[in-house]
Amino acid sequence: MERNPMRRQLASMRKSLFDQGYLDEQFMELEQLLDDANPNFVEEVVTLYYRDSARLILNLDRALERRPLDFSKLDGLMHQFKGSSSSIGAKKVKAESTLFREYCKSGNAEGCMRTFQQLKKEYATLRKKLETYFQLARQIGPMESANRPK
Amino acid sequence: MTVEQIVSEGKDQFPIGMRVLAVDDDPTCLLLLGTLLRRCQYHVTTTSQAKTALKMLRENKNKFDLVISDVHMPDMDGFKLLEHVGLEMDLPVIMLSANGDTKLVMKGITHGACDYLLKPVRIEELQNIWQHVVRRKKKDRCNSGSKDKPHPDSGEDAGIGNVDNNGKLNKKRKDQNEDEDDERDENGHDNEDPSAQKKPRVVWSVELHRKFVAAVNQLGIDKAVPKKILELMNVEKLTRENVASHLQKFRLYLKRISCVANQQANMAAALGTADSAYLRMGSLNGLGNFHTLAGSDQLHNAAFRSFPPSGVLGRLNTPAGLGIRGLPSPGTIQLGHVQNSGNPTNDLSKLQSFVPGNHNTNILQGMPMSLELDRLQHNKSVGHIGELPTTDSTTVFPGSGSLVDARITGFSNNPLLGVTSNSLMLEGSSQQATSHTSVSAIGFQNGNALSDFTLIAPASNQLQDSKADSQGQASLINCNAGQIIRSAPQEWNAPRKDAPYQSHALINSSIPINSAMIQLGQCLDRNNSIFHRTTDLDSVGPLNFVDPLSIKQSEGDNYIMEPSVIEKEGYLMFQPRPHGSHVPDNTGSLKDLASAMMKQEDDLGCNGYSLRTSI
Repeated sequence: MERNPMRRQLASMRKSLFDQGYLDEQFMELEQLLDDANPNFVEEVVTLYYRDSARLILNLDRALERRPLDFSKLDGLMHQFKGSSSSIGAKKVKAESTLFREYCKSGNAEGCMRTFQQLKKEYATLRKKLETYFQLARQIGPMESANRPK
Repeated sequence: MTVEQIVSEGKDQFPIGMRVLAVDDDPTCLLLLGTLLRRCQYHVTTTSQAKTALKMLRENKNKFDLVISDVHMPDMDGFKLLEHVGLEMDLPVIMLSANGDTKLVMKGITHGACDYLLKPVRIEELQNIWQHVVRRKKKDRCNSGSKDKPHPDSGEDAGIGNVDNNGKLNKKRKDQNEDEDDERDENGHDNEDPSAQKKPRVVWSVELHRKFVAAVNQLGIDKAVPKKILELMNVEKLTRENVASHLQKFRLYLKRISCVANQQANMAAALGTADSAYLRMGSLNGLGNFHTLAGSDQLHNAAFRSFPPSGVLGRLNTPAGLGIRGLPSPGTIQLGHVQNSGNPTNDLSKLQSFVPGNHNTNILQGMPMSLELDRLQHNKSVGHIGELPTTDSTTVFPGSGSLVDARITGFSNNPLLGVTSNSLMLEGSSQQATSHTSVSAIGFQNGNALSDFTLIAPASNQLQDSKADSQGQASLINCNAGQIIRSAPQEWNAPRKDAPYQSHALINSSIPINSAMIQLGQCLDRNNSIFHRTTDLDSVGPLNFVDPLSIKQSEGDNYIMEPSVIEKEGYLMFQPRPHGSHVPDNTGSLKDLASAMMKQEDDLGCNGYSLRTSI
């Protein structure tokens, strides 16, 4: 019984993630894959994403420190990053990646750096929010999570 | 056979249980993909390494039904993997990428992918991938392409595999929101799609190809996308798909040529020393640009091969400018130098030197090399035709048989002779401002037959000067030659025989060869073949130009163009007649050619080498 308010809270958290543009439909696709066999699928994917993308961000940071900037390398790294971000539905992060790539293409170093900072911020924000979300979901219980309203 | 039939034939519950191999270096995407595929009830194996994937595939070719691979992978390029799988295992491969650029998708298709999906992938898209397996099986089975009849809209269930694959193939899944229904609809639509297989085959006539080439040149080979090309060409009833597939072939051809060109260059060098006279011819002006295949190297010659010989002929004829004539007059002989920008300046200088009269051997040399006779061309078309294959040396388009005649667009005058050992590059660049614009470089492949004729149609600019006409002709000749060459796969003889006719046809037809000396680079045909041939050319009187050609033709096939043609213009470059005289020897080296040319020069007197005159 006491789960209801928690569930409500979870639902509203989820809704706001979408409303505020942090997540897009792809995240819903992930949720669709939840089932009894994979009750924590979404969380698993997101965790994997954060692990893998941390590595990419580190590489990007390093590449951005070099002078002169190697735009094609940056573009390549960002392409990968964008790919995985879009796979989990990280909307804002994906948008920043696209912008970053535009700057790479036009050779705009200033733009790249600025955008990357912004991207890291969005990435961190999303991560925090999702962590909170999953924490709550886990509290409600695995079965509940699996049956989370779509 | 319907899918159901196939299914019941023993696929059990196909597509359930279809064995898919998924390759992606990104673990997030791989996990997602694997899960999605399992959700579709396929039997999934995942790996993040392309090399591992190949190993698995090689271990047991029957272990998998389908491969899905990411494009960007650190250990191996996705396209490479695609090629390997296609060649070794002949399994359907689906490419996956976050990047949906048309170019990339095109690349995927040209490398043989049966589909191209955009990340993030949705389950609906994966639910239909089994159709690729069915399709392939059917194709293998009946060899006639099961995709003949577009299925009625929405086919029999979600896009039966039989549905024409164009729809699927061409479909770029840019719209992530397409859902299953859409796909079905698309399949259906594709069926109806005019560009679908059912469409009547488009014959790429000379005229059409010329327009195509012009459009590509205008856009620049890098930027040439089917849609824009289509717009520029402005031909009714031509679809984007037609253009796309033609473009693909063209690119392959260019690629091929560039490889050959390298060889040619070497040969050319050898030949170059041969006869300056030849070079004289080279004075063809303006080799204009070689627009050799706008594509850069990627054109396959095979693609060109597909050009119907008649087409080639036709083409040659059509361009008014093709003036084989160019031989005599245009001073610049543009050797089809198709190098990508970089043509060695020496080559040019060589050429140039010829033209002015140096005749030193280098004509030949120059020929294969960059023909850009700068001098000759006033236009700067020399620049290389489009992106001529980069071979550094002159690239005569070696086409193996594929004649690129498309290029011949009005040469203006300088027929470029790209005579390279193997490939004869004829560049019709004519300096003459008139019409031509295309330098046709015909790359002959030394190989046996002048298989590749690549006509590089020089940009119109090129021909600015005078010789323009000849160029056109030259190109024509080239074309023919190419064709001819093509026809004779391995033997020179064979094509030769045809060649004359063909070229003939071309030449005769309409090429107002003014000056273009189209020297079929073929002359330079490497070693024997050409040279031998050229000897025959000798006979052609007026063909001054022919000398080099004649050399090639030694055997008589005149690749070069029938004597008659020559007569027409007088300078026809090729003297098809293999009278054997000319070629100094069959060594076929350029040298011979060159010397032959020299000889010719003397002999000819008349039109004399149009080259001479033209020069």
